[in-house]
Amino acid sequence: MQTQTEIGYNSKVEGDVVHTRLDAAINWFRKNSLWPMPMGLACCAIELMAAGASRFDIARFGSEVMRFSPRQSDVMIVAGTVTYKMATAVRRIYDQMAEPKWVIAMGACASTGGMYRSYAVLQGVDRIIPVDVYVAGCPPRPEALLDALIKLQGKVGREPFLSLQKRVA
Amino acid sequence: MTAGELAQQLKARFGDLISAPVEFRGEFTVELSDAECVAEVCDFAKKQLGFDYLVDITSIDNYGADPRWTVAYHLYGYGHRCALRLKTRVSEEVSELPTVTTVWKTADWHEREIFDMMGIRFRNHPDLRRILMWEGYPFFPLRKDFPLAGKPSNVPEVAFTNSAPLEGGPFVTAAGGKSATAREPRVRPAETDDHPEIPQAAKEGK
Ligand code: SF4
Repeated sequence: MQTQTEIGYNSKVEGDVVHTRLDAAINWFRKNSLWPMPMGLACCAIELMAAGASRFDIARFGSEVMRFSPRQSDVMIVAGTVTYKMATAVRRIYDQMAEPKWVIAMGACASTGGMYRSYAVLQGVDRIIPVDVYVAGCPPRPEALLDALIKLQGKVGREPFLSLQKRVA
Repeated sequence: MTAGELAQQLKARFGDLISAPVEFRGEFTVELSDAECVAEVCDFAKKQLGFDYLVDITSIDNYGADPRWTVAYHLYGYGHRCALRLKTRVSEEVSELPTVTTVWKTADWHEREIFDMMGIRFRNHPDLRRILMWEGYPFFPLRKDFPLAGKPSNVPEVAFTNSAPLEGGPFVTAAGGKSATAREPRVRPAETDDHPEIPQAAKEGK
């Protein structure tokens, strides 16, 4: 069975036993419960809130638990304009998040500085932290953020988690 | 009581220090020739003329002219509901004038903002620190000779800056052009040369 494979469980066929690989199982647990760190810095954060509320309901994808503590979160959603004054704080919060951790850059500002070609704005949050998914839009619709989340889930699901561990050890 | 009458009263009290009130679209502006007197004039305007609300203080960089700075005070009175603009000029060598926090407490943050963005100091201000940028940032970003893209700087553990990629900008629009391409030279013309209405500078990508 390949790492990418999801756990397929059919109780009629397999009874009470599930066969899978350990990293596939761990990735499956992880990707369906990505707790966001809502780094809401400007207008995009309003759409992030909409994504969390009932109409769009990010809970359908297991990410409804917005954690305001970096220690408890898995994915930082940078939603808004990152000013240079805020950049150090964003970096510090990212450093405080426990591994494994991922980053979604939501909107034009977080991805590239957006319309703010100016002395005060960091030209893309990827200049200070690694970004996994970029979302286009000013602001992106909540559906776009949910799409990014699904893309990120795909990425987490493909991670060769155990072999990475061995390489480190 | 109208704003014009109040401006005349200010002029009657301070004589030659205050210019004749100028009216533009119903707004009155007086100019104060000696910036050192600004606190005194404001004190009179508040206590005797009823301008109890300082709406805003702004600064203007008349780059290349002398004196370089203009500081503008926008006064309003809730009693008489009249507004008055008071302007005064400060040279670049001096770059300092008395604070009006002694008159209106609210001047505190306005003056800090001007100090932060333009680098004009206010004497006897209770707490003249930067308000938008951080302590240690070495530039004054609203000065006309500061590039829009910014300049690199670094205060370890606090913040850093870099200059932004402007890709040939900053872009401006020119009034009076006959077509959108002429009005907004940043619009890329088609790959032909026969656009007589495009200014030469725009063709050269300036
Ligand atoms: S991308 Fe647009 S909506 Fe989002 S923070 Fe920037 S300006 Fe606001």
